Amino acid sequence: MRVQVKLFAFFREGRFIKEDKELPEGTTAGKIVDDLSIDREEVGVLMVNSRHCTFETVLHEGDIYAIFPVIGGG
Amino acid sequence: MADKIFRVNMTDLSTSIEDVPAEWAGHGGRGLTSTIVAAEVPPTCHPLGPNNKLVFAPGLLSGTTASNSGRISAGAKSPLTGTIKEANAGGTSAQKLARIGCKALIIEGQPQDDSWYSISLKPGEITISKEEKLVGKGNFAVVEDVEKRFSDKIGVISIGQGGEMQMAAANISIKDPDSHIRSLGRGGLGAVMGSKKIKFIALDSGDAKVEIADPEAFKAANKTFTKALVDHPVSQALGTYGTNVLVNIINEAGGLPTKNFSQGQFEGHEQISGETMHDLIVERGGKPKHGCHAGCVIQCSQIYNDIKGNYKTSGIEYESIWAMGADCTIDNLDQIAEMDHILDDIGLDTIETAVAFGVAMEAGVLAFGDSNEMIRIMTEEIAKGSPLGRVIGNGAGNVGRTYGITRVPVVKNQAIPAYDPRAIKGIGVTYATSTQGADHTMGYTIATEILGVGGKADPLSKEGQVELSRNLQIATAAIDSTGMCLFIAFAALDDSTCLPSLIDMINARFGINLTANDVTNLGMTILKTEHAFNTAAGFTNLDDRLPEFFEIEPVTPHNAVWDFTGEEIDTFWNF
Ligand code: SF4
Repeated sequence: MRVQVKLFAFFREGRFIKEDKELPEGTTAGKIVDDLSIDREEVGVLMVNSRHCTFETVLHEGDIYAIFPVIGGG
Repeated sequence: MADKIFRVNMTDLSTSIEDVPAEWAGHGGRGLTSTIVAAEVPPTCHPLGPNNKLVFAPGLLSGTTASNSGRISAGAKSPLTGTIKEANAGGTSAQKLARIGCKALIIEGQPQDDSWYSISLKPGEITISKEEKLVGKGNFAVVEDVEKRFSDKIGVISIGQGGEMQMAAANISIKDPDSHIRSLGRGGLGAVMGSKKIKFIALDSGDAKVEIADPEAFKAANKTFTKALVDHPVSQALGTYGTNVLVNIINEAGGLPTKNFSQGQFEGHEQISGETMHDLIVERGGKPKHGCHAGCVIQCSQIYNDIKGNYKTSGIEYESIWAMGADCTIDNLDQIAEMDHILDDIGLDTIETAVAFGVAMEAGVLAFGDSNEMIRIMTEEIAKGSPLGRVIGNGAGNVGRTYGITRVPVVKNQAIPAYDPRAIKGIGVTYATSTQGADHTMGYTIATEILGVGGKADPLSKEGQVELSRNLQIATAAIDSTGMCLFIAFAALDDSTCLPSLIDMINARFGINLTANDVTNLGMTILKTEHAFNTAAGFTNLDDRLPEFFEIEPVTPHNAVWDFTGEEIDTFWNF
């Protein structure tokens, strides 16, 4: 299946901003974080198709998956 | 020397320095400005008339070495909303006022003639002077000139042309450590200062210091507090990308109001994002990390240079970039920075003014995305007070009424900032119930709904949102009284050493014994004081509502509408 993965803030450093990935069915959000060598502790927010999700969320064909570090503002 | 109340009467040009009444002693910042406005301003008065009062107060810890404690509050009845108002800002004035020994500066009355004035404060001394030279000038010229007259160490509080013309979007400018501008942004307090014919206030604290009752305990508590701030990952991201790091995440969540609140996502989000801004700043030799006052350890501000590497603006916030950017569909950071600079100079709130432009675009006054025309209108119409300039300078609600537009994002006539309440519902509760019109800083539910700080809440669900907003509004009212920057809240929500050490500092400063409960009670008391003022001014629960279009126009990508009932919103005040 194809999933678009988007990275933000310093997760982009040495990686990418946006990439389409070919992944096996059943891949979880957490598995993608691990494969990118991102420390789960540093992850603040995960979203699939503009909705918050967890490391356990299973991704599907055509999903847009966004990974953010812990950030804030206001 | 004990702190005093400094009072200036602009009707007869008299001044006095008074003892602090016992019931004001425990207050600072917002708690004090709201307490004084509630005690001394008739709620039904005209905000621009002689009976309104403009109050400035440093926070309880301002002027000390406490990290991030340099925020100043200003309060009055707002000409924009008609409610009580508190705005707060960084810069050097809070520290100067506190060191002068001024617990609050109260400006009352109104000159009988057309003369303009300035005020200067020193420890134990208030001077009122006639001002001619700087009338009609922008804030940058004022700061430059006042520094020449006094010294570059001087604190400066000023208004630009917007405040002079008493526009409802006018802000009050506060000089920062680099002689640039921070703003008491919201609610048109610049118009109140203009109505009292005060162009600037100069603050000279000399080498006076704030007294600390227990210096050792203070130092120890500050150390713990500072560590909690510095260690929190949000602080680190703020120092790198500024608050503008939010553009991409709010866009991703579908809550980035775009094209005058007709969409929830902006195609050009990446071009105006914190990530892009960071790279541009570094490339042009600016500073991504910068404090709005000495003693800030988070440093969300920045120095933004133009393409030639020359200084353009600083301290540009997410909400300003959103307003001039996504809401007006402008995807060019240089144009946004230029507008930020112009609005700082004229002295207008970036949020109110840019949202007003968004409504004007909807009305066809200018095209969406036309930043050149925005810049022209700012410099040639607003700064010069032409009819069109005044229509826009009086805010988004005014533009909507003038042109017959129904999609007007305001609550109590104040423009809604940067987060769409249909897609992020908790913040909608804050907009609806805030004592001061739509204002995200009053109860920043985004932390929990979107950023996952201080727990979690589903932004598209109503569940728990009223309670979340209530708890945050109570805590915020208390924090706004300490002189602390609100961004300490991220550490306070997550790190159990943060709030206790803040309370320890207040206790060590004054030699008192506040508990966490006292602080919560303080927050509740402030909200109730403000709410009572509004009620006496004629506001009812029916004013605690969002504009109708949020209920009947679904917003992409979630196709969400605002679906709180009035009864549900009204439970906010059950405390
Ligand atoms: S974190 Fe930002 S707003 Fe807060 S005190 Fe520092 S520079 Fe000012």
